[in-house]
Amino acid sequence: MAKEIIRIENLKRYFKVGNETVKALRGVSFSIYEGEFVTIMGTSGSGKSTLLNTLGCLDTPTSGEYLLDGISVKGMGKNERARIRNRKIGFIFQNYNLLPKTTALENVELPLLYNSAVNARERAERAERCLRDVGLGERLLHKSNQMSGGQQQRVAIARALVNDPVIILADEATGNLDTRTSFSILTLFQRLYKEGRTIIFVTHNPEIALYSSRNITLRDGHIVSDEYNPDIKSAEEVYRNLPEETD
Amino acid sequence: MNIKNLLKIALKALNNNKMRCFLTMLGVIIGVGAVIAMLAIGQGSKNSIKAQISEMGSNMIMIFPGAERRGGVRQSSDDMQTLKPSDYEALERQATTIAAMTPTVNGSGQWINGNNNYPSQAQGVNTQYLEIRQRRMARGEMFTEVDVKSAAKVCVLGKTLVDNLFPDGSDPIGKVVRFGKIPMTVIGVLEEKGYNTMGQDQDDLALVPYTTVMKRVLATDYLQGIQASAIDENETDRTIEEVTEILRTSHKLREGEEDNFTIRSMQELAEMISSTSSMMTVLLAAVAGISLLVGGIGIMNIMIVSVTERTREIGLRMSIGARGRDIMMQFLIEAIIISVTGGLLGIFTGGIATWMISLFAHWPVQIEASSVILSFAVCTVIGIIFGFYPAAKASNLDPIEAIRYE
Repeated sequence: MAKEIIRIENLKRYFKVGNETVKALRGVSFSIYEGEFVTIMGTSGSGKSTLLNTLGCLDTPTSGEYLLDGISVKGMGKNERARIRNRKIGFIFQNYNLLPKTTALENVELPLLYNSAVNARERAERAERCLRDVGLGERLLHKSNQMSGGQQQRVAIARALVNDPVIILADEATGNLDTRTSFSILTLFQRLYKEGRTIIFVTHNPEIALYSSRNITLRDGHIVSDEYNPDIKSAEEVYRNLPEETD
Repeated sequence: MNIKNLLKIALKALNNNKMRCFLTMLGVIIGVGAVIAMLAIGQGSKNSIKAQISEMGSNMIMIFPGAERRGGVRQSSDDMQTLKPSDYEALERQATTIAAMTPTVNGSGQWINGNNNYPSQAQGVNTQYLEIRQRRMARGEMFTEVDVKSAAKVCVLGKTLVDNLFPDGSDPIGKVVRFGKIPMTVIGVLEEKGYNTMGQDQDDLALVPYTTVMKRVLATDYLQGIQASAIDENETDRTIEEVTEILRTSHKLREGEEDNFTIRSMQELAEMISSTSSMMTVLLAAVAGISLLVGGIGIMNIMIVSVTERTREIGLRMSIGARGRDIMMQFLIEAIIISVTGGLLGIFTGGIATWMISLFAHWPVQIEASSVILSFAVCTVIGIIFGFYPAAKASNLDPIEAIRYE
């Protein structure tokens, strides 16, 4: 049995908006094991953003238990959660969130800046290695605003990998990209999956589920389905068959 | 996050907004520069006043007839006739802490030479006047003890009088001029001294033996005052006590009776003037300080804009592991860099401004190390104080909201 990376039990998250209580998560439980590529699917309002925030240690649940890599996150203070995010989680956002006017290398180094155990030399080495990994070895010193959307997302993925996280959390990571670029990014995710990384990919696009190993669907704060994908489609194949941009 | 990385991040952020950063800094530069220039002007004028006073004789003591007030009514010293030549003689005999002393009796009137005339004074003094007032002769001789004893009709003229009575530039020595109707022989000319701090022309005078003024001009038995210089300028208080003692005995004043004379020392005057100029300095510096404060508010303003503008960046940094403290330090250091760099440039600007003031306006200026340190310290503190609120605001952002901020 693979190692358990994430375990949540009866997770609830309520928000107070004025006098009303919005129940974003109404008791969600699942475990995610090392090496899984899980898509979390749901329409807007299904609670998937709240779930992602909680899994990413940005938010704390109202009740329920959350264990990340065997550590209970529930009772942690702000600073401890910041440390957990820094050491164990890699975030990838829909809009990349790179620092403007900053080189790819510096962007990727960023998480390590907040880890005092890593010195400047190691920081640069690791950042460079990660950039080469995502296929940007030639663009180390390009500034973020000089790159295409797909390249920017690759930088963001490299940034998520640089701290060697136990889990990668992607939030609509292909949402801003055209089909072809989406598939090239998806190909990269599948490669990371094959290399043994644990990935959670939150999206409202049902198509993505075809390329992951497991799919969890949320609706109104409940899990409505949690299925393993017996037949994972290859994103690379789709990508190759897509016509190259000609106009 | 160590300080080196924090500095690197802050410098990069400032570098991304060069113009804005410079304009914000300009507020601090002007503030610090103004404080330094104002303090330099204040200190400079204070120094020059001090120098002039010590030139006039910081050990000088002046004795006037009459009490300052009698029964609560202020008196004019001209009306009071309590100082006599015998008082002067008593002091001459008994005082041990006085280096030099002269009675003063002034008569005002018209000095006349041929068809030139000039309204001025005949200052009746004795031979020690030059020593007390630290004046020197330019040409000719000062009158002698014999002239004083015989109430001789001789005079020593100041530069202004010479210029007005002898406009053709001829040598006045040996010429006979008239003071009113009294003919007097010019035996010397005083060295030029210019205007004093109060704007008085110190060359607009003629020295005459005091006996001459008393007998021939005013026909009076009383002195208008006595000027003396103490042996030690740090012990003028002791000298004042001694003089008081001698004069009270000479005036036969009983215990409990008020002094019928007034003693002023140059030290008092110096303190009075320098306290006035200190107040001016404080006032000027306060006005300049306000501009420094405005500069500080400018920093706060721009930092608030910067925090709002970079909300997403803050959200990102937090989500990849920055603690509130890291974010706070990042923005605080940015504010401090602006204020400290502004402060350094301000010191430079203040130095140049001060130099220009002394060059073009010929004002006495002096930059003191303490004023440089003070203004620099103040602007650093201002950077911290005004940077703190925006930095705290940044560090308290909720990462979830910040990262989705549009």
